[in-house]
Amino acid sequence: MTVLKDATAIVGIGQTPFARQLPETERMLACRAILAALDDAGLAPDEVDALASYTMEETDEVEVAKALGLGDLTFFSKVGYGGGGSCATVAHLAAAIATGQATVGVAWRSRKRGSGPRPWKNTTVQLPTPAQWTRPYGLLRPADEIAMLARRHMHEYGTTRDHLFNVALACRNRANQNPAAMMYERPLTREMYMNSRWISEPLCLFDNCLETDGALACVLVSAERARDCRRTPVYVHSAAQGLPAQHHGMVNYWNDDPLTGPAWTAARHLWKHADLTPDDIDVAQIYDAFTALIPLSLEGYGFCARGEGGAYTEGGALEIGGRLPLNTSGGGLSEAYVHGFNLITEGVRQLRGTSTAQVPDAATCLVTAGEGVPTSALLLRN
Amino acid sequence: MLTPLVDDDGAPFWKYAAEGELRVQACADCGELRFPPRPCCPHCRSFATEWRRVSGRGRVWSYVLPHPPLLPDYAEQAPYNVVLVELTDAPHIRLVGNLVTAPGARLDSVPVERIRIGARVRVVFTSTGLPQWVLERP
Ligand SMILES: [Zn+2]
Repeated sequence: MTVLKDATAIVGIGQTPFARQLPETERMLACRAILAALDDAGLAPDEVDALASYTMEETDEVEVAKALGLGDLTFFSKVGYGGGGSCATVAHLAAAIATGQATVGVAWRSRKRGSGPRPWKNTTVQLPTPAQWTRPYGLLRPADEIAMLARRHMHEYGTTRDHLFNVALACRNRANQNPAAMMYERPLTREMYMNSRWISEPLCLFDNCLETDGALACVLVSAERARDCRRTPVYVHSAAQGLPAQHHGMVNYWNDDPLTGPAWTAARHLWKHADLTPDDIDVAQIYDAFTALIPLSLEGYGFCARGEGGAYTEGGALEIGGRLPLNTSGGGLSEAYVHGFNLITEGVRQLRGTSTAQVPDAATCLVTAGEGVPTSALLLRN
Repeated sequence: MLTPLVDDDGAPFWKYAAEGELRVQACADCGELRFPPRPCCPHCRSFATEWRRVSGRGRVWSYVLPHPPLLPDYAEQAPYNVVLVELTDAPHIRLVGNLVTAPGARLDSVPVERIRIGARVRVVFTSTGLPQWVLERP
């Protein structure tokens, strides 16, 4: 792993507009985001020799490479488990570049979730194992599956709806500073949160991420080459994936301890190979498909002890100026839900000093992928 | 309503459920219970399995109350409960299910204020062999 430490850097990021509905196809959006990221890096498309995305990505790498006139590819990789794959796409490129399998890598995610069908409605995909043990009972959606853990966390540790509101508010406040965010200029109040409709009790509307059309991409090169690029390099200091022994997907209910999910596994590897500890992290982009994932992730990544994730959010801890500014572009809850890729690009902006909600002198950033599913994480530094 | 899509590993569970029995897969060599069913024992890697009858008693570990948007059959009964039941005689095996007043009753038949974590429950079976749960002290 010392091979990977600071050996590669993100030198370009790109994105399309985010909206509930965009007219262009996922393939067009992917192409636009990738070209924007290459332009940001000052690299030509025909220099790209590595691609990485999610297994749920429907824009095929063959088609993307052909459409954009990329060079000969010597590395391509796709990572499974939906939002758990975001950081791993960068990690795979970093490993490929650090070991000489490629020189210029692009990772991307393009998704029309806002105008497309809801994935959970596709019961032919949903019902095979393990869903045969959950779906017939009406545990239909990811929100229902995570709400089960949220209720238990509340019961065991006194986590409250106010704690979840603190998460939603921090993300919304940052989105209110970000003109690219879907929730720009749309403030959230405690009254709005507490009076909103339920989705799956104890989770309400504002505990759930947005539904967004949009695409994002980033460009990775070796640290050596990054010094010649247009932008300040953002180094991949540490990277990890996490799939715990006996894990069972989002409904990890049959483990000894369902409240310690894949974040705990990824975190152990991430910190073990880093020169940093949680105390050294200036800003965090933590996967927020649901507010309840934040207390679980804060515990998993070691920012607080088991059971203290709810209380950690008190006193403005997740706001700018707090002890761990969170999801500073608005995150999946209030900027855009593109399977967490916007958390990676925002991590890069923070370390370039160009975020719309800049943490002063931010030098280190934790970015995580979806907790609950086999996951991944990155430690970035400038 | 969605019906379980039975696979080779899970088929015995549903066969016994249709006969009114709650059984859990166990390793025929080392005896460890496992759920969901799978072909190989993660403790001793034996492929020999048996299906052990359990008492059908448990406690509510957690629960949720889904509201729309939901699939139509479920939306019609929403908000309903989905419970996660920890089996009394098989710790760490937790079955997803519904708390109902009687087998086959609506998924919202138990008043929400009666549902709490830790409540003792007992298994019942619908006419189609789906396990459900009733409160021990209704
Ligand atoms: Zn065994």
